[in-house]
Amino acid sequence: MMSTTLQASSIAPDIDTLFNTMLVVSSIVVAGVFGTMIVFCIRYRRGSPADRTERKSSSLGIELAWTLVPLVLFIGLFGWSIGLWQRLQTPPADSAVIYIVAKQWMWKAQHPNGQREINALHVPIGQPIQLVMTSEDVIHSFYVPAFRVKQDVLPGRYTQLWFTATRLGSFPLFCAEFCGTDHAVMRGDIDVMQPAAYAQWLRQHASETLATRGATLFRQLGCSGCHGSQSTVHAPDLAGLYGNTVALSDGSRVVADDRYLHDSIMLPALQVVAGYAPIMPSYQGRIGEEDVLALIAYLKSPAPEAAHEQH
Amino acid sequence: MNSTDRTVPVDNYLTAGEPGLAGWLCTHDHKRIGILYAIGITFFFFLGGIAATLIRLNLIVPAGALMSAETYNKAFTFHGVVMVWFFLIPSIPATLGNFLLPLMIGARDVAFPRLNLFSWYLYVGGGLFTIGALLLGGVDTGWTFYTPFSTMFSNTHVVLAVIGVFVVGFSSILTGLNFIVTVHTMRTVGMHWFRLPLFVWALYATSLVMVLATPVLAMTLSLIALERLFGVGIFDPALGGDPLLFQHFFWFYSHPAVYIMILPAMGVASELITCGVRRRIFGYRFMAWSMMAIAVIGFMVWGHHMFVAGQSMYAGIVFSILSFVVAVPSAIKVFNWVATLHKGTIDFHAPMLYALGFVGLFMLGGLTGLFLAATALDVNLTDTYFVVAHFHYIMVGGSVMAYLGGIHYWWPKITGRLYPEGPARFAAILMFFGFNLTFFPQYLLGYLGMPRRYHAYPEPFQWLNVLSSAGASILAASYLMPLCYLGWSLWRGAAAGPNPWRATGLEWTTTSPPPVHNFPLPPVVNEGPYQYCP
Ligand code: HEM
Ligand SMILES: [Cu+2]
Repeated sequence: MMSTTLQASSIAPDIDTLFNTMLVVSSIVVAGVFGTMIVFCIRYRRGSPADRTERKSSSLGIELAWTLVPLVLFIGLFGWSIGLWQRLQTPPADSAVIYIVAKQWMWKAQHPNGQREINALHVPIGQPIQLVMTSEDVIHSFYVPAFRVKQDVLPGRYTQLWFTATRLGSFPLFCAEFCGTDHAVMRGDIDVMQPAAYAQWLRQHASETLATRGATLFRQLGCSGCHGSQSTVHAPDLAGLYGNTVALSDGSRVVADDRYLHDSIMLPALQVVAGYAPIMPSYQGRIGEEDVLALIAYLKSPAPEAAHEQH
Repeated sequence: MNSTDRTVPVDNYLTAGEPGLAGWLCTHDHKRIGILYAIGITFFFFLGGIAATLIRLNLIVPAGALMSAETYNKAFTFHGVVMVWFFLIPSIPATLGNFLLPLMIGARDVAFPRLNLFSWYLYVGGGLFTIGALLLGGVDTGWTFYTPFSTMFSNTHVVLAVIGVFVVGFSSILTGLNFIVTVHTMRTVGMHWFRLPLFVWALYATSLVMVLATPVLAMTLSLIALERLFGVGIFDPALGGDPLLFQHFFWFYSHPAVYIMILPAMGVASELITCGVRRRIFGYRFMAWSMMAIAVIGFMVWGHHMFVAGQSMYAGIVFSILSFVVAVPSAIKVFNWVATLHKGTIDFHAPMLYALGFVGLFMLGGLTGLFLAATALDVNLTDTYFVVAHFHYIMVGGSVMAYLGGIHYWWPKITGRLYPEGPARFAAILMFFGFNLTFFPQYLLGYLGMPRRYHAYPEPFQWLNVLSSAGASILAASYLMPLCYLGWSLWRGAAAGPNPWRATGLEWTTTSPPPVHNFPLPPVVNEGPYQYCP
């Protein structure tokens, strides 16, 4: 068995059950149709003595039957698949978040404590992990066959994917969306570890947390010059912003989620907060997606302003 | 009827039209135009085939046997672009369709003969642009041209390739318009809608898709060119654009486009089977309506190419159920073809073998489509070799088998000559075998997790790749065979007579090859199609 087909995540066995069921159903259909074809071909070959009287060229009953039976079968399969699909799309509330930034041609991962790695991802077994992913250039796709999960990774957006690893070991990670010359070698390993070993691994490589790095960047990049509490520039207060509804100058309202924060940093002219002048400069091209993630982590952390004032 | 005649009638479209090259390049005769297309399409098929050979050779070894990553990417892009736009989309409608549509409805020509010739020039012109892109160094985006890779990151001749495809798209639109008007206005006396042969229904449904979907492609391709040349920011997230928007546009065309490839094949298979079995097709009306249903529902399923692309969960649910629903009319067709065999008098001539091969491969391709329609399974399978196998089963196993079957079936009508049966049957069987050996392993590769568009792959995938490459060489041989024996028949084939298959249908009532205006007098129809007796 290849390490790509091992069932190494909590959802893999359920996906495989659906797959195998469909395989069995299709095999029965194939055997039935091919069998009938072969029998007819032999029986009614030219020159055979078979009975050819009373043949019909249509029959409403038969035709309705073979229209409705597949339809019902298909709807059944659809229903089954949709249940799984919803599970695949909904990360459990207690998931640990890890950030992934894809770039031609490597996978960069950031653990919440600031630990970073490239083309490898260490995760603890048994713990739901949610990956929040974005790309710095083209569309990539994060694909772990052993987990039966795949999700495209887009520039300018956050997509997410989650899994709970159920097997220790190392599993291949592929890029599944064609992304240029070295697409085929944009690979990595998912290393599933015991929680204790993982904790130790995190500690060994510990550095400042994402949010702390974000706080430093907030100051270095000059964000605090306008958004700081002592600032004289008329700019929105960012304390407690995350998750709140923001009124925009065009009259619409948005929820301040990751995407909104990302766009406000990279494309500030797009969504201007009501009551403020569009004076914020764009950081597009000046900072990378990893820095944006650190800034967002900082803005999400409790009382970012307080953190800022310490400096 | 007259299959023992020895001489080909002198007064036919090959000899009686304007003589010489000019006579062909300025012709307005739908039959000559059909042949012009056939020549162009054959040329592109073998170009695309050369690229396929290179791809398969390279994949014999995990690290890639003979090309750099860059060259490999250009090879599969070239293969995809050429096969989709310059072979599959025009193949059956533009060759067999052009040749046969007027004959089958008892017309003298298509509604707009000059426009028809113009369409061919667009086709050739577009093709040359793309070959130009190849000569200048190629394109590496894949035939799907996904943004923002194609608009901002690829350093290859994307704009040139896109212009080529754009131009060919217009050829497709014009052909579709021409066919629609022809079917509506030029049917002969007594040729009611439900007396139309199924191949005509298929061409009609296909034409609707061509006319309605292709403009979206033209628009999408223009946007790529605009974005690349002027950086307008439609797809560029750095300018507030949306990379996913491209995929929606692209698949809004390209999903219906797969029906442009398969509906005509279904029409051809229906003609071949009913003649090979010598009985009326089972459930003619269901067959006609199911083609229209496929054409219509086919417009609503594009999102199933994007289940993991980042669209919402609810969009996934809607596109999933619609994709299951569109499979129903396809299933109906398979059952009807099989039911047609019942109590028939089956003749296993070459066209029938191709048609049976078509039904088998189309069914295997179709059933695996259900796996991809089930979102939860698609997550694992999409963008792997499972998809590559799936679409080759439909497009190559389905469309190409039917196309070749159709070429064999109507060859006597088109050329007035018979080809040798033995080699033709052998080629059909070899093709079925080679095809399965090439593409079945790719289902397994995809299931094991090998992503597509890889020039190099992990070691454990090797043996299946080697199998697939071995199959490809057999397949290639089986594709070359018809070129030889059909070519031979042009010089040495016995005269066919008007109706060597003793088939029904108006095209068989005129001489082979047909005269310039098809029929001496407009034929009159007073019964439905496929009146085989008993
Ligand atoms: C001997 C016959 C053929 C072989 C061995 C072959 C092989 C392949 C392979 C290995 C790929 C995958 C490339 C990749 O994703 O890395 C591919 C892609 C493709 N093939 Fe074929 N092929 C054959 C014939 C055809 C034919 C006859 C058609 C159409 C009529 C066709 C249409 C396509 C298309 C549309 C793609 C997608 C290209 C892309 O990924 O951008 N192929 N083929
Ligand atoms: Cu990638």
